[in-house]
Amino acid sequence: MHELPVTESILEIALRHAIQADARRITELNLVIGQLSSIIDDSIQFYWDIIAKDTIAEGATLNFKRIPTQMTCQECHTAFSPQEDDFACPNCQSQQVKVSAGDEFYLESIQIDT
Amino acid sequence: MNNRIPVVENILSANERIANQNRQLLEDARVFSINMMASPGAGKTSLIEKTVSRLGTQTKIAVIDGDIATSLDADRAAAAGAIAVQINTGGDCHLDAIMLHEALPKIDLNEISLLIVENVGNLVCPANFRLGTHKSILIASIPEGDDKPYKYPGMYRGVDALVINKIDLLPYIPFRMDYFRQGVEILNPGLETFPLSCQTGEGIPAWLDWLTAQLWK
Repeated sequence: MHELPVTESILEIALRHAIQADARRITELNLVIGQLSSIIDDSIQFYWDIIAKDTIAEGATLNFKRIPTQMTCQECHTAFSPQEDDFACPNCQSQQVKVSAGDEFYLESIQIDT
Repeated sequence: MNNRIPVVENILSANERIANQNRQLLEDARVFSINMMASPGAGKTSLIEKTVSRLGTQTKIAVIDGDIATSLDADRAAAAGAIAVQINTGGDCHLDAIMLHEALPKIDLNEISLLIVENVGNLVCPANFRLGTHKSILIASIPEGDDKPYKYPGMYRGVDALVINKIDLLPYIPFRMDYFRQGVEILNPGLETFPLSCQTGEGIPAWLDWLTAQLWK
């Protein structure tokens, strides 16, 4: 449901960087989105096709690099992707684990024509 | 010519900028502020009523209520003694920094020392949008079930304190507190936690003590 403001924000950032670089067109956007960010790619694509129309980003391809949630055990240092209903370390069953990836939520780069 | 331009900018950077402005406005007026988030029915408004009615005599409190529609929650906050402002998001599932920015001028910030922002009831979207408040508070409740940290990790990860409401229902509902707390601890180590019941009042004093200690002296 909050994909519309997210998509608007993506467009604003991309246009700002493209204009600074004297771009004629934006052809690709490379987004990095962690699993903990709860964003649905299809919805962003849906809104993108509408709001990027008539801008230099119209028709640009959205590339989503999805980063799975990763945890690291603080005791045996195993890195793992947690199960749905259990975050314990699969190697030593420790509960002393920390989230090491999955919070990412940024526009990494854009591809432009000048 | 085809060029790749590095950007590396947080997708909600525009929201972050406005959030920082909100924070500055609040700090200039020495107002401590919290963003209360929870699923619908967890007890946000009930906890606000309790907080306002117990602290309201010595602390001037304003409540900004975000809802998709209606002013029912703001009415309850006002009845409890707070200055209340309603934001109707018109369908949006969360508050963002701009909505708060537009609501802040409706309050004389120099008149208050505590601002409570009641977010739209939702365990997903509000987690992504910083408002500029000092602390984010999540209210969980026993009937929601003990699996919520595992199902909504993004929300549990981003908050500064956790209220576990409706603990008076623990004898009637299967809720593995250890399992719940393990999930919370992994997502948000050392998170300040307040088990309480708005119905019986149990645990409310610890919550109020913590909140009072955050206020500007």
